[in-house]
Amino acid sequence: MSVSSYFASLSLLKLLRNMPGGVSQGLIWGIMALGIYITFRLLDFADLTVDGSFTTGGAVTVMLILAGCPSWAALLVAVLAGMLAGLCTGLLHTRFGIPAILAGILTQFALYSINLRIMGMAANKAVSVDKYHLVLSSRNVPLAILTAALIALALVSLFYWYFGTEQGSALRATGNNPAMSRALGININRMKVLGLAISNGVVALAGGLMSQYQGFADINMGRGAIVIGLAAVIIGEVLANAILKRRLNFYGTLSFTVIGGVIYYLVVVVVLWLRLNSNDLKLFTAIVVALFLAIPYWRELRISSFAKFRRKGAGKNA
Amino acid sequence: MLDIREISKTFNPGTVNEKLALHKLSLHLDPGDFVTVIGGNGAGKSTMLNAIAGVWPVDEGRILLDGNDVTPLPEHQRAWLIGRVFQDPMMGTAPNMQLVENLALARRRGQKRGLRWEVTKEETEEYRERLKVLGLGLEDRLLAKVGLLSGGQRQAITLLMASLREPKLLLLDEHTAALDPATAAKVLELSDRIVNEHHLTTLMITHNMTDAIRHGNRLIMMNEGEIILDVRGEEKQHLTRRELVDKFAELAGTPLETDAVLLS
Repeated sequence: MSVSSYFASLSLLKLLRNMPGGVSQGLIWGIMALGIYITFRLLDFADLTVDGSFTTGGAVTVMLILAGCPSWAALLVAVLAGMLAGLCTGLLHTRFGIPAILAGILTQFALYSINLRIMGMAANKAVSVDKYHLVLSSRNVPLAILTAALIALALVSLFYWYFGTEQGSALRATGNNPAMSRALGININRMKVLGLAISNGVVALAGGLMSQYQGFADINMGRGAIVIGLAAVIIGEVLANAILKRRLNFYGTLSFTVIGGVIYYLVVVVVLWLRLNSNDLKLFTAIVVALFLAIPYWRELRISSFAKFRRKGAGKNA
Repeated sequence: MLDIREISKTFNPGTVNEKLALHKLSLHLDPGDFVTVIGGNGAGKSTMLNAIAGVWPVDEGRILLDGNDVTPLPEHQRAWLIGRVFQDPMMGTAPNMQLVENLALARRRGQKRGLRWEVTKEETEEYRERLKVLGLGLEDRLLAKVGLLSGGQRQAITLLMASLREPKLLLLDEHTAALDPATAAKVLELSDRIVNEHHLTTLMITHNMTDAIRHGNRLIMMNEGEIILDVRGEEKQHLTRRELVDKFAELAGTPLETDAVLLS
């Protein structure tokens, strides 16, 4: 196929048709990113539990709905299940003395077996919107966008309130300066466990929403969730800083985290529309995240680096 | 107020790096005592303060604070009794949080932290007043992230934070050592003011002999994990740097080793 025929074959209309679906899925990823924001930015804890707890949320939701539970109640139980997973990671870290990343990996690994058990040893469980009343579904995209947006807004408001309370501030202080926090009487281990539980509760909620949206839970649906979440958080931060600049407050940061999820998924829609191989998507995402994480470091290097002396030919005998 | 009974601490026991940091150290402080602590590097000054603060458990002995046996309590459980300022200005404040948030965190030192809103209007007014007294113009920067402030400003803030909820004991661990001389003098003067205003029982480590003599009502000298000199009142007021250096050589059996001490 020649270049011109490739471009001729791309239908702009098709792209526009796919955009709303992209927005709704992006909102769900954005909700998950709110959870990741808590651990990654507020607690300074790279929590890899989420790849597992996202699936847990989906699995619990689908199985409960299949068992006749109302779909909203299934989501609440999913949140609790996710919090339990976060609690596990937290205890592995604080009580077993296991480094943060490894603690998350262990829980995630264990969750694979647990998720399979939740789904009755099936790798995939479908829940049809024709048979059950679901909170949202890809069958009705505008309604799904509205529902997901409302849930995101409620979460952003809830977090804005919670992290402004005494307890929420103690949690933020723990991530920001643990030594100071201890000296001020904050039990930083308890705060870490609490933060991990809240974070994974939100991630599981997103998993539950995703399973209803797509109409099934899959054992691999959470794979790469942490990277997607990080991408959303970072895209959100860059946008928020560019648009709101000095007016940026915590409410803005949280809102833009959700928007970051939407932008991320719209980029995915475009990439798929360009008919790039969808198997390359994860590579693409990883590169984007790596670059954005590197930017602050590189900026620092521009101010102080060994390399600038090398350029002038120093180091060779002067 | 503070009663330390024969505490010992050995770091890295059973390894080549084994170090006896505190050796059956006892110390009693009366309410309102302002004690300056001097001694060479590795004398155990910071170790003593960390033992009191509960950074790690001691090997043996007891620490009583205002009648409470705090020996078995981890750091965060005895924080309600103790205010602290560290040597590193970065250590005492949360850089990514606003000045007002830092103060609000400190005001609740050792309190139960519930679901009430952290920063209230009345408290903000109170903070503004207390910042004004510092004379650093910080009362106009309540919403600034503390990480944007200078080391001296952060140290002054940490000092204020340590006293917002009145501590039974104030621990100053060479809190002016990382500052330039002018700022150090200012922060020291501020420390004096806060200690006197609240009659705080205080332990202050310093490398500066003159400061050690000029501030407080009592001076202790440490060497190899023990207190080798303890002077107070009149006797302390009339000490000279020369005398202190000579005393050290006599009591420790070695001359005071650091240039910093001799030059200060």
